[in-house]
Amino acid sequence: MSQMSETTAETPTRHSGMQISKTDVAIDVIGMHKWYGDFHVLRDINLRVMRGERIVIAGPSGSGKSTLIRCVNRLEEHQEGQIIVNGTELTADLKRIDEVRREVGMVFQHFNLFPHLTILQNLTLAPIWVRGIPKAEAEATAMHYLERVKIPEQANKFPGQLSGGQQQRVAIARSLCMQPRIMLFDEPTSALDPEMVKEVLEVMISLAEEGMTMICVTHEMGFARQVANRVIFMDQGQIVEQNDPDNFFSNPQHERTKLFLSQILH
Amino acid sequence: MTTDTAFIRNEFVPAKPAPGRTDGPIVWLRKNLFATPTDAVLTILGILFLLWAIPPLYNFIVGHAVFPGGTVEECRAEGAGACWAYIAARFNFFIYGFYPIDQYWRPNIVFALGAALILPLLVPSAPFKRINAALFFVVFPLVSFYLLNGGVFGLRQVPTEQWGGLMVTLIIALVGIICSIPLGILLALGRQSNLPIIKTLCVMFIELWRAVPLITVLFMASIMLPLFMPTGTNVDKLLRALVGVTLFSSAYLAETVRGGLQALPRGQYEAGASLGLGYWQRTYFIILPQAIKHVIPGIVNNFIALFKDTSLVSIVGIFDLLNTVQAASSDINWASPTQAVTGYVFAGFMFWIFCFAMSRYSLWMERRLDTGHKR
Repeated sequence: MSQMSETTAETPTRHSGMQISKTDVAIDVIGMHKWYGDFHVLRDINLRVMRGERIVIAGPSGSGKSTLIRCVNRLEEHQEGQIIVNGTELTADLKRIDEVRREVGMVFQHFNLFPHLTILQNLTLAPIWVRGIPKAEAEATAMHYLERVKIPEQANKFPGQLSGGQQQRVAIARSLCMQPRIMLFDEPTSALDPEMVKEVLEVMISLAEEGMTMICVTHEMGFARQVANRVIFMDQGQIVEQNDPDNFFSNPQHERTKLFLSQILH
Repeated sequence: MTTDTAFIRNEFVPAKPAPGRTDGPIVWLRKNLFATPTDAVLTILGILFLLWAIPPLYNFIVGHAVFPGGTVEECRAEGAGACWAYIAARFNFFIYGFYPIDQYWRPNIVFALGAALILPLLVPSAPFKRINAALFFVVFPLVSFYLLNGGVFGLRQVPTEQWGGLMVTLIIALVGIICSIPLGILLALGRQSNLPIIKTLCVMFIELWRAVPLITVLFMASIMLPLFMPTGTNVDKLLRALVGVTLFSSAYLAETVRGGLQALPRGQYEAGASLGLGYWQRTYFIILPQAIKHVIPGIVNNFIALFKDTSLVSIVGIFDLLNTVQAASSDINWASPTQAVTGYVFAGFMFWIFCFAMSRYSLWMERRLDTGHKR
């Protein structure tokens, strides 16, 4: 396995966090299909994510990568096949859906913070009302995660008063406050100004180092190289290719992958 | 070339005249009222209009008016203005309608209690909001009902036919506003529901009530409804009007609230859902506070319309403020050329006070709730 040596942090990161479970399946997607009306968005998706694994999904826009991770916490419904998250199969049963969502954090492209609540209220709302944690304890946890994303001083501001990078870090902290077992990232840096991308990626890298199970839809190929165990390439609703990052970037198998990489890696 | 190219001036530049004034009333006038010929013409026309309109208005309302303490003869005199003495003489009738005079203390207590409870409720910094709200929304209506209606604790029964005036106007408006808020919100949520039965029912309800004039609703409630009900059952006329006004208003409110729901980005729903919040938690904590904040102007618009529409209950024989004014205008003791006009000016002014207060309060609330709304 040839090492890519463009980041100094790479070697410790890649190997210290590599405690992937051999037996504990976090997410299992089996023969899943999804349609929007007549449009077949996802075709026969098979994907097994082990506990502790970090997966980056890449692909051209419209390839279904966002839709795929949105199916994992049922923001989108699938029509065929199975999705099993933490041992719970997603069906129309609302109880199961809520059960899955409690354990799966999601970070959106547009942050989706609640603009009428302060940062602290954004972070404590779900722990208090979903987990039933006392307010004081929820606030302590919230402050802990705000410190982790390095903005504890913003706790009493409103989201509208923060920069994009800060808002996205708050959004990550908000998900972490629920202490999820899996984190989904839906293009978390695509709506950010270029100089703010780094601060968000740093938070994501530190999460990865702690062994969080993650699926990231992103165009940040540097991040994929540094953090991912597996890179998945999607096109037209199908998983075209999946490989470890080294082989994925240095030795892509499919023509479509080669074309994609040649267009985004300059 | 040794020519010295440097140039040194050896006399002073002649002094310029002092600049014209840049402030003061004349400059202000020229800048704001007479900047262009069109402006000047408009200004002069405007002044002429005011000169034409204001003196007679002033004379009617103040100058030649007969103030409380005056007599009906003065009101009947040639060129007399508004007959305020008549308003003062019939003031109690405008406020209480046919409520027995010796029982006025009962509505008075209700007025005082209502004011004492609603004012702290409207001031955000006032303490004990929860208790205050419970008192206003639960205890106050019960107390008011038993106090006004009587028949218990040795209080004389005063049937609702005798209620009237501003009292009834306020009762209809308050009950209508307070009951239509939750109903309207539920209807708006129902209309957005994924459950087909609930959605259809809400759509049908809203479209039915919105498509019917309020007058028709009131007629139906007061004339048609009794025909369909088994003989012997009698639902109070005021109650029927209250229900009619409330349902009518809630249909409008539902559409206003729906506008706010639709204005919310989908991401807000998804963020709530992805945190594991259930439908009602999401709705209560995330969706409604934002949606309602967006549509405060529309909601207040609904309430102002409702407040004014209460005057329509007069056609089913309820003596609200406008109806008492109208009834009193045929009072021969105060018969004078300006009697009716004065009454209507008074009624209009009363309506204006309440509606204007609502409008200002909502503006203030909007500014207060603004948290720099952007993503």
